[in-house]
Order: sequence, then C-alpha cells, then structure tokens
Amino acid sequence: MTTTLNNATLNNATLNGAALKETPKPIAGTASYLDDRLGAGSFLKRNLRKVFPDHWSFLLGEIALYSFIILLLTGTFLTFWFKPGMGHVVYDGPYQQLRGVTMSEAYASTLKISFEVRGGLLMRQMHHWAALLFVAGMMVHMLRVFFTGAYRKPRELNWIIGVLLLTLALAEGLTGYSLPDDLLSGAGLRITEGVAISLPLIGTYLTFFLFGGEYPGEDVIARFYSLHILLIPGILLALISAHMILMWVQKHTQMPGTGRSNTNVVGAPFYPAFMLKAGAYFLFTFTAIAGLGTFAQINPIWLFGPYTPSDISAGSQPDFYMGFLEGALRIMPAWEINFLGYTLPLSVLIPALVPMGIVMTGLALYPFLEQWVTGDRREHHIADRPRNNPHRTSIGISAVTFYGILWLLGANDEISAFFHIDLYHTTIFGRFAIILGPALAYAITYRICMGLQRKDADVMSHGVESGVIKRMPNGQYIEVHVPPAEDIADHLRGKALIPIVPGEADSEGIPPKGARSILGKARAMMSKKYGTEHIPLEEDGHGHGHAALGPGEGDHKEVH
Amino acid sequence: MTNEQSSHEEDARVPRRVIGTPAAGTAVLGDSPPPAPAEDPAVVYPDPIAARKAERLVALLFLVTFLSGVAFIASYVIFQVGTVNSTAASNLALGGSLTLALLSLASGIVLWVRRIMPKYTLVQERHPMASGSDTREYVADTFVAGANESGFVRHKLLRRTLLLAAAPLGLAPLVLLKDLGPLPGTSLRHTVWKKGLRLVVEGTGAPIRAADFNSPGGILSVVPQGYEHDLNALAKATLILIKFRPDQFKAGTIKNWTHDGIVAYSKICTHVGCPAALYEQTTHHILCPCHQSTFDATDGARVIFGPAARPLPQLPIGVDGEGYLVAQADFDVPVGPSFWERGDAEADAREAREKAS
Repeated sequence: MTTTLNNATLNNATLNGAALKETPKPIAGTASYLDDRLGAGSFLKRNLRKVFPDHWSFLLGEIALYSFIILLLTGTFLTFWFKPGMGHVVYDGPYQQLRGVTMSEAYASTLKISFEVRGGLLMRQMHHWAALLFVAGMMVHMLRVFFTGAYRKPRELNWIIGVLLLTLALAEGLTGYSLPDDLLSGAGLRITEGVAISLPLIGTYLTFFLFGGEYPGEDVIARFYSLHILLIPGILLALISAHMILMWVQKHTQMPGTGRSNTNVVGAPFYPAFMLKAGAYFLFTFTAIAGLGTFAQINPIWLFGPYTPSDISAGSQPDFYMGFLEGALRIMPAWEINFLGYTLPLSVLIPALVPMGIVMTGLALYPFLEQWVTGDRREHHIADRPRNNPHRTSIGISAVTFYGILWLLGANDEISAFFHIDLYHTTIFGRFAIILGPALAYAITYRICMGLQRKDADVMSHGVESGVIKRMPNGQYIEVHVPPAEDIADHLRGKALIPIVPGEADSEGIPPKGARSILGKARAMMSKKYGTEHIPLEEDGHGHGHAALGPGEGDHKEVH
Repeated sequence: MTNEQSSHEEDARVPRRVIGTPAAGTAVLGDSPPPAPAEDPAVVYPDPIAARKAERLVALLFLVTFLSGVAFIASYVIFQVGTVNSTAASNLALGGSLTLALLSLASGIVLWVRRIMPKYTLVQERHPMASGSDTREYVADTFVAGANESGFVRHKLLRRTLLLAAAPLGLAPLVLLKDLGPLPGTSLRHTVWKKGLRLVVEGTGAPIRAADFNSPGGILSVVPQGYEHDLNALAKATLILIKFRPDQFKAGTIKNWTHDGIVAYSKICTHVGCPAALYEQTTHHILCPCHQSTFDATDGARVIFGPAARPLPQLPIGVDGEGYLVAQADFDVPVGPSFWERGDAEADAREAREKAS
C-alpha cells in the first residue's frame, strides 16, 4: 500500500467526539447482504474513493443531468392529468375567459393541470424550465468539451453519444412543446408540418403517416405523446447511462497543473466529499428550476387560447433551442425549383436541413477529422487550454457565431419592434452576417488565441511584474520581474504540441508517402497549418530584473 | 457483524475497515489492498472551533429546510386553486417554500463539506484504455475458434438461409406502420370550397353580405359555412377577405374572381403554412408573422419579401341570390406549403384559364 493517507491519520485528527468505530449494523447488514449476492464489495473497493478532478467547467454537464432527473419527476406528475387527445370538448372549468370555448382534450387537460390541480402549475412551469435548462446545460457542457479537446481519444465514442443526446433532446423538446395544443404550440406544429412536407419524394407520405392524414388530423398529439413520454426519454435514459458509465470507466480529464499528467488523475475522492457536493449541486439545480417555476412565468397557455389553424399571434417564438431553425427559415431567400412536374422548395429545405446538418454532422465528425489532420492517435487526458489549439478554438467560435446569428434572427421581429429597426433590414443583415460573421469570428478568435499564447510565453520567459521598482547604478529605473508562482507555471507548462503529419519533400523533392495524392497534399497542408507552433513557451532562468520599460521588449522571442 | 469477507487472508493485516469510515483507499469489502491512490500532498483539517461554528450554521440551514418543507405541505392544504389569482397564490406559496427548502438544504451541505470536512486531493494512476496484447490475442483466438465451432463459415446453406430468414422479419415492423395514415393521393390539391358555399366570418360564423362589407381597406378572416370547427378543413380553407376600390387592383389579381372590389386569398402562407394574419392597410401588404413573408394584396398576393416562393392563391368569389358572398369554385392551385408532387400548379392553372376564355 502506497498511501500515506490512511485511516489512522484521518481518524486521529477528526475523532474528538463521538465517532464510528465500525460500520453501523443496519448498513453493514445491508452491505453484506448485497455483497453476498452481487459481489458489490469489489466494485465499491475500486470506486468509493474514485478520484474526480476539480474545475468549475466540469460541472456544466451535471446541470443537464440533474435537469433530466427533474424532467422525469415533474413529467411523470403531469402525465397523471394530461389527456393526449384531439377530440373536441367544450371548456367548463374555472378559467372564466375560456368558458364555453371548444377546444381539444389536450388543451382542456393542460388548463386543468394549471388551474385545478394544486401544484400543477408549478410542476408545469418547472417542467418547461427544466427542459430549457437541460438543453442549455448540454450545450455549454458540449462547448467545454470541444474547446478543451476533451473529446479526443479515448473519448470519441462518448462525444458521439453526446451529440446523439443533444439531437434527441431537441426532438424531445419539439414533441413536448406541441402537446398542450394551444395556439402557440400549434404554430410550432404547423411549421414542423410545413418543413416535413417539403422533403423531396417522401415529404407528403411522411406527413400523412405522422398526422394520420392531412394536417392537423386527430392523431398527432397522441403520437407525439408516446414519443415524448416513452420512446425518446427511454433512449435518452439509456444513452445518458452509457455516457456516465463511459465517463466513469475512462476517468475524467483534468486541467494541466502541478503533479497532473496524462497517466494520473488528481482530485477529490468520490466518497464522502465529492458525493455530498454532487448531491448539493443537484439540489442547487433543483432550487434554480423551482425558483424559475415559481417566480418566472413560462408558457401561460391560457392566454394563447386553443389551437386553430386559422389564427396566430404576432411575435410567436419557439423555445430557445429551436430558435436557430426559425432564424434560418426567416433569412432564407425565396428559392423554389419546379421541374418535370415536381417541386423542390429550397426556401424550406435548405434552412431546415443545412444549419442543423452542419452543426450536428460537424460536431460528430470533428474528433475524427482532427485525428486525420494531426495524425494524432495518442490518448489524451489533459485538457487543452482553448488558446493552445487556436484553429480548433477558432472553428468552434465560428460555429457558435453561425448558430448565434441564426438564433438571434429567429427573433428578428422582436428585435425589430424593440430597437425600432426596419424588419426587412434585419433579414437582409442576417443574409450577409450568416456568411461574414463566422469568417470574422474565426479571424478575431485566432488573433486572441495568439495574443494569449504570447502573454503566456511572456510570463514564462520574463516572469511577472513584481511591483518593485529598482534604480540601477546608471540611474535607469526598471521594474523587477519575478518568476511566476509554481502552480501557474505548471498550468502554463501544460501546453502540448499539436502533432503534424510529415509533408515536406525530401532532398530529392519527393514528398513522403502519404502526401503525394491531392488528398494527401491537402492533409499535409492543413496539418501544418493546424499544428504549427508559432509561440513556443521558453523558460527563462534570468527572468529577474528584466527591464520592462524599454521599447520592443519581448520581440526577441520570435522563433521560426 | 461486519461486511468483510474474512475468509480472505490478506484481510488479516488490514484493520477492520468498514463502510462509513473515511478510509483512503483501504480495503472496504475487497480482498486486496486498493489500487494506489498514491499520496496526499496536504490534508487540511478545519479548525475545530470554526467547525463547531459551521455546524451551528449548517444546523440552522437544515432547520430552515425543515420549516420550509412543513410550509410546503401547509401551503398545499391552505391555498386552494381555481381562479387565476388563487392559483397564483398557491403557486407562489408552494414554489416559494420548495425553493427555500431546496436552497437551504443545498447550502447546508456545501457548508458542511467546505467547513467541516478535511480538504485534500488524491492521486490515482491512469492506465491506457486498451487491454494487454495477450488479452486481445486470447479474445481473438477464442472468437475464431468459436466461429469455426459453430460452422457458420463452413456451412454456406445455413448462413444464407439464416440471412434470408431474417429479411422479412426485419421488414415486418416497418410494414406494420403503414396504417399510420392514408396515402396522400390528390387530397392536398383540394379544399372544401365549392361553388355556392358561403363565406362566413371566423369566430361569429355570420355570412357576409357584399353590400355591407363596403369600407375600402376593410379586412376579414373568413371560413367556409358549416366548417367553422373542422380544423382539417380550416387548415386549408381559411381565407383573408379584403375590400378595395376596384381600380386599385393590379395585373396579378384575377378581376373576374373578385366581387365589387372584394378579393379573397388563402390565409395559409405558401411558405410553411402559418396563417398570414397581419395586414397593413396603407401599403396593402399581407404579412405572415412566422417568417415574415410579405404579399401584395392588390397584385394577386404576389410575394414582395421573405422566404415564401409563391403568391397566396386567390379564391374565385361572387354573391348568391340573397347578396351573400359565396365561392365560385375551389382554388385552382393547392394552398399552403410546397410539396414534392405539387409541380408548377400556377402555370398549369394559367394555361387552363387561357384555354377556357
């Protein structure tokens, strides 16, 4: 046993009052019972003290996880009263303004949950807020994983599971959003139908099968209901479990720092502190959702009225995660191709499929594309700082910009009304911005990454300003620089070189084997671009007493 | 009684360690020393006095949780729902107490961990994910041996008939889905409008006397009589009815299909089917609030902005014997969003009209 932290030290230090000398009987009994039957002991032996690295950004995924649990709880509650039917009923409930109005059973039962079930409105609002937090949590978690390169080998499969989870979460959101059958959710359903029917060859069949005939039909809510409460959450639950198991088995990545390497994990043990903290974090997420459900009204369906295909209210907005599709539909020019008696409605097809396709396919393929470009087949357990892989970071920010512009334009009517900008100008702006924005974001991000790398290099080679001004014998004043603190220095030293595939021609002008074809040449070129180290970290032994006031200081570090 | 498996000899040198003691990777239930959580750089113990202070704070927070939990149950009993106001009060009481209960419980636990528990980090080794080469070899050998044992490779007939057998079974679930809906047929090309069917105002169901709808710039949302609550019919048949001066119409509008400056267009947007419900009187623009496709109502609802690719179809209208507005016929093109089989229905319709005249 190599541990220096054993029972004795901890016990001695903490036992100044009543303390356990052995496992309490009920727990020991249960544990033995389980161990006798499951062999749980060896699992616990390996895992009770499993180490979890600590960093604030590692908590983002947990928001999504906990939101999902709250979604299951609140959702189950809602199913006790919700009736997924489209049959017509005349409302005679307590909400005066809708008395006598013909509506679907789905809408009537949602009103009942809101006004006649104690806590029903709270659970409905919490369910909706938890759904928003679920998707938002997944998104920020995914960005963290992307920008730190935590998707790299051996975690590519878990990354793919994550992409599937995000896609399914969008489908889960869409099907759930449509269930109350109010005017707003119906507008979303109508757009879904308009998109589905635009698909070439299969569009009409797909919509007729989905809606049980022509839109809106009498079936779609019952069908969405079974998708929403059974099929999709079932798959989500299975994939989330797989996601967690893989994370557990592969162990978490860690940020670079003192004592941390690719072959160890440094952090807090699962039991007891981490476990309790995770529990508290679940409760905080729960608090946030309960607080939002209490104090922030969401989807007040009684104000919208029952769905009818003949009406709509201005300013209809989907939930935030669908906004980018809405924005894409809005800025698309009116392109439609008719040929040989068939119609290709590009003005619907392109915005419905292309942005989602670019984002999701791009996400799914990125680990493999990066591996191909860098030729890097090693395992990576130390997270990259985003600045240290500037091209990846720039590509990520470009994608975020692409998504963000579409998302913003999904609310262009609100923007137009709020800021008094001509509505059409926002659309035209969007048509240009969607091309130029990502390019600009790429360039700016790259410069920022380079600047940050330069700053790191500066800290390592020059040290940091000490605030001490020293007068030299010749009368010159300089500020004394001191080496950076050891933990900061170790953090910076975590910068890893990005491998480059060989592509340079040899002395006889013959390129290496893999770089002769066009694809090979392109690969070698991209690899060089992706991996070239422009600003190496150089440690400087004489970092003390460097003059920081002289012009051009630091330029001598440029190395090629 | 403990849960140790005392039959293992190695346990003899490990003191009785059981679940519940803060052991650093010592054998809890296992039969050998744990995989090395190697070192502790520094264990920081809380100051006992501060810890006792923290304990009181944590206890206070847990007490708040207790009281809030009680308040939640009390709120459930006290606050009845029914009206908007009472529901709001109930929501506030239930949600507020729940939020407070969760918040103080979470805060209490965090304080407990941070102020009362010792702080330290452990180091664990990380091994490559891949199994050893001998394991891989063993698995590969076993697989090959098993495959040969099964005879799946050697017995071609077996293999092929098995694949054959699987094919229809694999298709069966797909076939079962066929009754999800009828085939589209030509249903998308028709609406319920037909000659003589009266136009009625959406909501009130009142028929419209042409002579009464006489202020230029007036607009109505209109549905077919008898279909006021048939959502399937309304999804295609809803109209927007606008009154102009007859001289305001441009070439795009078919004047024979108007009545005394009254024109009827499909309200269902040709983009993705939202109701194009907004109308701007001064510019005669119809605007769809979903994606802002804009149509010129004086010019056959021609698209002047936005993603819609086709004008809103115009319905031929006239008046019946009592002076009420009626349809002259169904639309001559499919209404609503485009679909694959639609084709250039406008061109066909134009041709048909020219032939007829």
